[in-house]
Amino acid sequence: MSFLILDGLQKTYPDGTPAVRGIDLSIERGELIVLLGPSGCGKTTTLRMIAGLELATGGAIRMGGQDVTRLRPSRRDVGMVFQFYALYPHLTVRENIAFPLRAAGVPADQIRSRVDAVAARMELGRLLASYPKQLSGGDQQKISLALAIIRHPAVYLMDEPLGTLDADQRLAMRELIRAEQLASKVTTIYVTHDQEEAMSLADRIVVMEGGRIRQVGTPAEVYDHPADLFVAAFVGSPGMNFIPGELRPEGAGPPAFVSTEGQIAIELSRPRGDFERASPPSRPSQPGGASRVSRATLGIRCEHVHEDPDGSIAGQVLTEEYLGSASNVHVASELGRLVMRTDATTTRARGARVRLRLDPDQISVFDASTEQRL
Amino acid sequence: MSVPVLLSAGGNLGGRGAGAGAGAGAGSPSGHTSPVTATPFLSLRGLSKRLGRTQALAGISLEAHADELLVVLGPTGAGKTTLLRTIAGLEQPDAGSISMAGRDVTTLDPAARDIALVFQNFSLYPRWTVRRNLEFPLRAPGRNLPEPEIQRRIGWAAELLKIARLLDREASRLSGGEMQRVAIGRAIVRRPRLFLMDEPLTNLDAKLREALRVELVELRRALKTPMVFVTHDQAEALSMADRIVVLSEGRVLQTGTPREIYERPVSPLVALQLGQPAINLLRVRRVGGNWVAADGTPLLPAEPSGPDERLLGVRPEDIRLRVLSDAPQNQPAAATTTAASNPIADASHPAVVRVVEYIGPTTTLLCDWAGGQVHVVIPRRGTVRPGDHIIPRIQAGRAILFDPSSESTAGSPHLPSTLPSPGGSP
Repeated sequence: MSFLILDGLQKTYPDGTPAVRGIDLSIERGELIVLLGPSGCGKTTTLRMIAGLELATGGAIRMGGQDVTRLRPSRRDVGMVFQFYALYPHLTVRENIAFPLRAAGVPADQIRSRVDAVAARMELGRLLASYPKQLSGGDQQKISLALAIIRHPAVYLMDEPLGTLDADQRLAMRELIRAEQLASKVTTIYVTHDQEEAMSLADRIVVMEGGRIRQVGTPAEVYDHPADLFVAAFVGSPGMNFIPGELRPEGAGPPAFVSTEGQIAIELSRPRGDFERASPPSRPSQPGGASRVSRATLGIRCEHVHEDPDGSIAGQVLTEEYLGSASNVHVASELGRLVMRTDATTTRARGARVRLRLDPDQISVFDASTEQRL
Repeated sequence: MSVPVLLSAGGNLGGRGAGAGAGAGAGSPSGHTSPVTATPFLSLRGLSKRLGRTQALAGISLEAHADELLVVLGPTGAGKTTLLRTIAGLEQPDAGSISMAGRDVTTLDPAARDIALVFQNFSLYPRWTVRRNLEFPLRAPGRNLPEPEIQRRIGWAAELLKIARLLDREASRLSGGEMQRVAIGRAIVRRPRLFLMDEPLTNLDAKLREALRVELVELRRALKTPMVFVTHDQAEALSMADRIVVLSEGRVLQTGTPREIYERPVSPLVALQLGQPAINLLRVRRVGGNWVAADGTPLLPAEPSGPDERLLGVRPEDIRLRVLSDAPQNQPAAATTTAASNPIADASHPAVVRVVEYIGPTTTLLCDWAGGQVHVVIPRRGTVRPGDHIIPRIQAGRAILFDPSSESTAGSPHLPSTLPSPGGSP
């Protein structure tokens, strides 16, 4: 049985606002799970219910086989790391890290050796005698992580722990969390709105929106095979390109997608059976024919849009976003606006005419009405 | 109010509304590759300002051209906000001068400068509707705009910024992204001569920041009004700027196009400010014909003469690698299409992979190598796992050699002659 199970978990606030609308999730021991979504999606409320800081209004939470749904936070064996580091300003770093152990009545010699061990592992030794206000934001956040680690909890719960750090510190902290989690194998649930953080840290990502789960999968699954249009747009930087059109799976050859703008046909490399779930035809079938024409949205990531003199799609460069290691080129194409990822070695003039090709093996197709992946 | 000089250029916006704005696109003049025109619109000379015990600005000289987005990049405390406030006239400089369109404005009132400022915190009147927030600057005493003109400008700005459906909503009920759009709208309806933006995207979600980045660039281009944009976010700076000014402790460290600064930083300090993950910096010594790291790892063939010690900078994407582990699928994890790879790839000095971060189109590795830790970015998801032994190779011509004493200060770069020139860019 999974170590941590959320079973139809719900939270409705007293004023009737639903924050979490029934979540089912099974988390294995040692997994690092990231709850990802925009603000208001219910990710933080879910985390706080697991911590016991909010009480569920429906459903259950099981941890290690025990129902903890109504257990007090202190009885749940979880260690929390928050966005804002909560350190005691009048205590040294060593005293801060020791605090939870002292409160739990751990003998002094054990406290000393456990603090030293954590400090060595996290390379905090030089900070132990300092006071919090003498530390950078990144170091303060490291200390709050150490505070969670020192207690050896069964679960780490992390609520946007990198939120207030600058880019370099974020990367360093991310690597520290990943390395620590890999070493300790403590089950971790991590909340963020930053898809890059989610991709880089997670064993599995849970994409949430509107109090519901949109998709659960490894970073590669969520990135390559988004379950719906929301996930496709939210994950990735930038999100997927979308092209509205129609799916025409009839005929002898492979099924084709025809764009609304420009009426360009794009061959799909997948067998027609893949698209049988397409929503009811938006046009009545031709009498005597079995044709199914349905509205669909084609999705393709910017790195799978290629400049190719023989490409079937014409366009003009709108804007080039230079990113140092690569560029995002925004193109006004016959299909609509497309973003193409290129290496940064060449520059394209604004207004330059380009021809584009979409990598057929990397195309996603979504039902336009249900927004679900086909 | 003075009639903005550049409004002749803005004239094509008024009537036609969003069509012209969004039309950064297909209809805009092509071949417009360089934003740099002959005369600067904004010119700062030796600007200094002390705030309490801090020398916030220590002799800043820079120029912004008439149709340019100039990004001022620097960490917290670099003096970015003081610089903007001084340009706006909200602070008086202790020394130096500011001129706009050839006229000295150093002592001019903020209002008389005809500059629009947008801040990080969306400073809207929360109880007012969006429409009233947008009208407010146009109804300022002395402006005397006829009512139809006010409505025309609001309609134009609303369409351009995609906030038309929000016009009658109370500002407090908007999302962060909507609020910032309205704040920008309030700046553009005035048709100022210059936009100053103080980290306007910082308080927004990552997703929204990314979208607004491009929108702002295209909006500015449509307005043809110069913009000075302050940020600490290197991705914003690289992707939005026509030129970047790198600021540190009140001084300009380097000015140039994003590509110039990314590829030819004048100092390690500048190099560290652009790129994510940051550039790798390694101390190297000349041993035999090679640059060798402190632990003896040979990294790069050395040029025949010159100093014996250098600080070698290499960007994570300019390192290629070969996997040494005994995994069955022992293919090169990175595209090794380049023939110009550094021939030095020493199997007796492998790197050990510590952390693997998968981020969509690329994978970032943190490795123990050459006596330190090094980031390597490889395309897509390789077969690399933590604990693997790999052989990194620095791509020939992609390393930057700095004077080792320049580690913390602006110094002269020692660029290898093989450094590629920025292809095609000005």
